[in-house]
Amino acid sequence: MDPRLGTAVVVVVGVPAVLIGYIYGTELLLRLAPERLKATLRPWLWLLPALLFLGVFLIYPTIGTIIRSFQDKIGTAFVGLDNYAWFFGTDEALVALRNNVIWLVLLPLITVGFGLIIAVLVDRVRYESIAKSVIFVPLAISMVAAGVIWKFMYAYKSPGEAQVGTVNGVLTTFGGSPVPWILNDTLALNTIALIVVMAWMWTGFAMVIISAALKGISAELLEAARVDGATEWQVFRRIVFPLLLPTIAVVSTTVIITALKAFDIVYVMTGGQNDTNVIAHLMYQEMFSFSDFGRASALAVILLIAIIPIMIFNISRFRAQEAIR
Amino acid sequence: MTAVTGARAITAVEGTSRIPKPLRRVGIHVAVIGLMAIWLLPTIGLFVNSFRTEDAVASSGWWVPSSYSLENYQYILSQSSIGDAFINSLFITIPATIIPILVAAFAAYAFSWMNFPGRNWLFIFVVGLLVVPLQMTLIPILRLFASLGLNGEFLAVWLAHTGYGLPFAIYLLRNFMGSLPREVFESAYIDGASPVTAFFRLALPMSVPAIAALAIFQFLFVWNDLLVAITYIGAARPENLPLTGAVSNLVSSLGDGWQLLGAAAFLSMALPLAVFFALQRYFVRGITGGAVKG
Repeated sequence: MDPRLGTAVVVVVGVPAVLIGYIYGTELLLRLAPERLKATLRPWLWLLPALLFLGVFLIYPTIGTIIRSFQDKIGTAFVGLDNYAWFFGTDEALVALRNNVIWLVLLPLITVGFGLIIAVLVDRVRYESIAKSVIFVPLAISMVAAGVIWKFMYAYKSPGEAQVGTVNGVLTTFGGSPVPWILNDTLALNTIALIVVMAWMWTGFAMVIISAALKGISAELLEAARVDGATEWQVFRRIVFPLLLPTIAVVSTTVIITALKAFDIVYVMTGGQNDTNVIAHLMYQEMFSFSDFGRASALAVILLIAIIPIMIFNISRFRAQEAIR
Repeated sequence: MTAVTGARAITAVEGTSRIPKPLRRVGIHVAVIGLMAIWLLPTIGLFVNSFRTEDAVASSGWWVPSSYSLENYQYILSQSSIGDAFINSLFITIPATIIPILVAAFAAYAFSWMNFPGRNWLFIFVVGLLVVPLQMTLIPILRLFASLGLNGEFLAVWLAHTGYGLPFAIYLLRNFMGSLPREVFESAYIDGASPVTAFFRLALPMSVPAIAALAIFQFLFVWNDLLVAITYIGAARPENLPLTGAVSNLVSSLGDGWQLLGAAAFLSMALPLAVFFALQRYFVRGITGGAVKG
């Protein structure tokens, strides 16, 4: 028998048992505590496992990485801002930064744009749920699988040979010449090709959320506008779209974070070659190819700084929601 | 006559567009079906190729008819590490889904139904942690695992995924538990129930829809993860890599062997797709309920 099977059984049965046992244990422990302390102690005992995990796996390493970003390759000496100076002074790193900016602009535009169009369109057909499933399903697969699927989509053979990739197959059928999509760095074409893969995955996400908000708009409101003589376009432009804006903002923040942290697609499809690198992938290379943990830490900190505005947006949105509750 | 005027009135109400209504309907169908086709095409292409022979794949597009067989799947399962990686993925994903849900449920219950100083601020802190990039944590955690001898072990990724998944799990469950009716808990306490009883008998069963959504979410997140797996497992013990890591290794070793890459990719997609189609309702609810995960 596979020894791992034993481990698995122990874990699947054992870990929940330990955790449930912990909560019962705290209750037994609290029986010993004086009445006055019980209500004070109990919440912290319930929070303790979560706080431990958050502390060890998010807070401690975040602080550690910030400190590490001011140290040298092996972590023996502080080098001030050297790692950041390297980032802003190296062509390779600046290309990654440029690409992240392209990702950051294009991915939300494409996903939210298509998500909105598709949500509005499928609202008018009877096979809405099937159509939505088709658009949504790429979100359930891994970016590795999506990378394989699209590397094949973009497959390129020299002109004259039979094209096996779908995109170049279509192109040559209509008399065009084949394009080496993920090799061609003119106008960052290859980076855009990678963004299309992520957009293919994430449009369904935007569509599902926008569609849910769309269903929440009162039908009477739209009907009233139509009775008053508004065209379908005016109804959309003046009523539907403004009502969807808060939802679009929320979807955009999630997609922006996805764009900033883009890693898997680049790792699988190009390995960062031909000027397709992004910060998250460059960080991985600094860690495992060059063992420069100082630079890698600085790259992570740069990602965090880029995400802080979204963190603030999320928190203020959350507080506004809580104020309504 | 009445019908005709009625139809005219509707056209007027529908708008002043000069395009007749039936034609516009056709336009919508063409657009929707066209988009569906575009979205399906990439997957269909590789799927068809995964049943074709090596020669056919190299010399003609997938749309050219040829002979189809399951040989590529047999080869991938017997010759490569994909079979083992499938088991590894299960070993990684199941505990990494169960542990964070339980830990988060305890915390969410405390956040929803217990009073303590700093409760709101602590929760806002959790909301802030939602978007912290994983990249921030890799290096210190890698060193921590190294000093504990955990690099390459499943336990390392169980613990790491629990930590990474917790902010979203706490956020989602707290929002759901917090919206349960207060009277239920008050009357339970009046009847002498302890918080533990109220949690296991009331809060947990009533939160099943949120827990189901969360379970699917976390399952797919961990199953589809590449970065955590290759960082904490890949370098130390490649034989423990999950499917994502094994498939991405094949991409570099197989090159243009699309028939085999396709078979490997579809094996890696089988379980997430089954989960997706069986539980899509909950998945959608999880996404619309907490669209802020980082």
